[in-house]
Amino acid sequence: MAAAIQAFALSKRFAGVQAVDRLNLTVETGEIFGLVGPDGAGKTTTMRMLAGILAPDEGSAFVAGYDVVRDSEAVKNQISYMPQRFGLYEDLTVDENIRFYADLFGVDAKTRTEHAARLLQAAGMAEFRNRLAGKLSGGMKQKLGLTCALIHHPRVLLLDEPTTGVDPVSRRDFWQILYALLAEGVTILISTAYLDEAERCTRLALLHRGSTLMCDTPERLKSKMKGATLIVTSQQPREASEALSGADGISSLVLVGDGVHLVVDDPSRRRGEIRRRLEAAGVPFEEINASEPTIEDLFVASIERESPYAGQ
Amino acid sequence: MPANDAHAARASVEVTDLVKRFGTFTAVDRVSFQATRGEILGFLGPNGAGKSTIIRVLCGLLRPTSGRAIVAGLDVASEAEAVRQHIGYMSQKFSLYNDLEVIENLRFFAGMYNVPNHLAQQRIAGAIAMAGLAGHEHDLTGTLAGGWKQRLALGCAVLHEPAILFLDEPTSGVDPISRRHFWELIHQHAAAGVTVFVSTHYMDEAEYCNRLALINRGRIVAMGTPAELKRHAMKGTLLLARCDPLGPALEAAQTAPGVMEAAVFGNALHLTVGDPRTAIAALPAYFTRNGVRCADLEQIRPSLEDVFVALTGVRPPPAGGPAQ
Repeated sequence: MAAAIQAFALSKRFAGVQAVDRLNLTVETGEIFGLVGPDGAGKTTTMRMLAGILAPDEGSAFVAGYDVVRDSEAVKNQISYMPQRFGLYEDLTVDENIRFYADLFGVDAKTRTEHAARLLQAAGMAEFRNRLAGKLSGGMKQKLGLTCALIHHPRVLLLDEPTTGVDPVSRRDFWQILYALLAEGVTILISTAYLDEAERCTRLALLHRGSTLMCDTPERLKSKMKGATLIVTSQQPREASEALSGADGISSLVLVGDGVHLVVDDPSRRRGEIRRRLEAAGVPFEEINASEPTIEDLFVASIERESPYAGQ
Repeated sequence: MPANDAHAARASVEVTDLVKRFGTFTAVDRVSFQATRGEILGFLGPNGAGKSTIIRVLCGLLRPTSGRAIVAGLDVASEAEAVRQHIGYMSQKFSLYNDLEVIENLRFFAGMYNVPNHLAQQRIAGAIAMAGLAGHEHDLTGTLAGGWKQRLALGCAVLHEPAILFLDEPTSGVDPISRRHFWELIHQHAAAGVTVFVSTHYMDEAEYCNRLALINRGRIVAMGTPAELKRHAMKGTLLLARCDPLGPALEAAQTAPGVMEAAVFGNALHLTVGDPRTAIAALPAYFTRNGVRCADLEQIRPSLEDVFVALTGVRPPPAGGPAQ
């Protein structure tokens, strides 16, 4: 099967900042591929170059078989790019927005009607066709954006942080639509700052300072994480955190609302030590549970040292 | 009153049968809760659930229709102006002036909050240190990265050393490292005795709260620590199913007998079932009949997101009410 997206040493510089730095990427047809990274890692710039909107300084990229620089018009017919703020007309209704985008992409009326009905049904928005876009909630706006972006049957879908500001119920609807598209053979590239969402992708690239730090399936990425996660549940999380800070074998300690999340080198050995340390400090705790490391744990562990926020 | 009690009263919030109506729409419906000094209390709920309305009432920006809210020892209905001197507020949109320098934003907020001149300089220096913005005092605020901007906004919101702090989706759209760093700062404020209210629909943020009130359609539908909610708040039992391929598996699971709710979670499915034993026995064959391979099926503890969706996932009726 041919790759739907390929980037070779893609680079882009803005006013002295290397936004994307010799980035290589291959997304196979039918994948849902996640671009994950902190603010300024180069996610949006990469998306815009792949969409044929922004010319790379160096390197090349092919999307749906077309060169994004030389055939940028052909690329645009095969793909859909949904930026963080999709351009909906707030003073037009849901239906009118869809019609506008259908006309823009040259979709005929019959196809539009059929397709819109199906997409709006899937989005749980069939009852809202006459509502002004400006009167929709954040989640519904995003689903309308997606409907507009899909009206011309693109083969490749580029989504830039589509679920920022969307509540979990709408987020589940949104992902259900994405899985339905995958089943139809659409390839999806999605960027996100939410790492629970990243775990829903077939493969992930962790971006940092414009290039790929790691790229693999979520499972295999997590297996690269050194150590294991232990969760201490306590009604006195602050005291627990103080009692455990600086203990041997703990590489990360995060204070949460009802306990402490720890990354340790050897969970079976450290569990007893942690128990004794809490008891010695007189900190009551309910339990110490082992947990699978998350993509967030891995992400933080692998770039914390280089982060501009570290050590402040 | 001994000094400690006075501090405790200033940082406490007590809400009894609070109701807020807009015309015929009830945004907050008989809500009662208490928060004590140094506690981080989260309001978790979907868009339009009433979280922001509750916070606006507590900040003295909206008058309650009925019921009582005592904030910092003051009644918000009759002493709104005085309440505002004891609270800090930071919204998801940061309310910073992007075309002002970092230091100008801080000076502006110090003036707004009537911080006396002889204290302002020292507190502004403290806010810059806290936000990690030393050396960036004269940067234009609009050019700062998300995480820095957000810490600057927090610095501005606490210049008058409020006893109670309200945060509205404080780390929405911020990367995980900045988010962790921000929450360390919030926990430091709480340790110093500040009571913190957080309104959010992000599970990542909710995990950092000591207690959570789950809000749906203006009511508190569950309340407890994150661990308590995960243990007790859900009806039914949660199963994790590792299936391949995932899309068809989800479709099949949604119509499977005994499955109340199915959702993709990471690269597996979360299924809510009434009777786990029957489900674990019957589901593998059901999946096979539907052309899905199910490698693994086990009972797990729900995540906060599962609890949230289970308790708030009922869709509102399409007509009437405010825009959803």
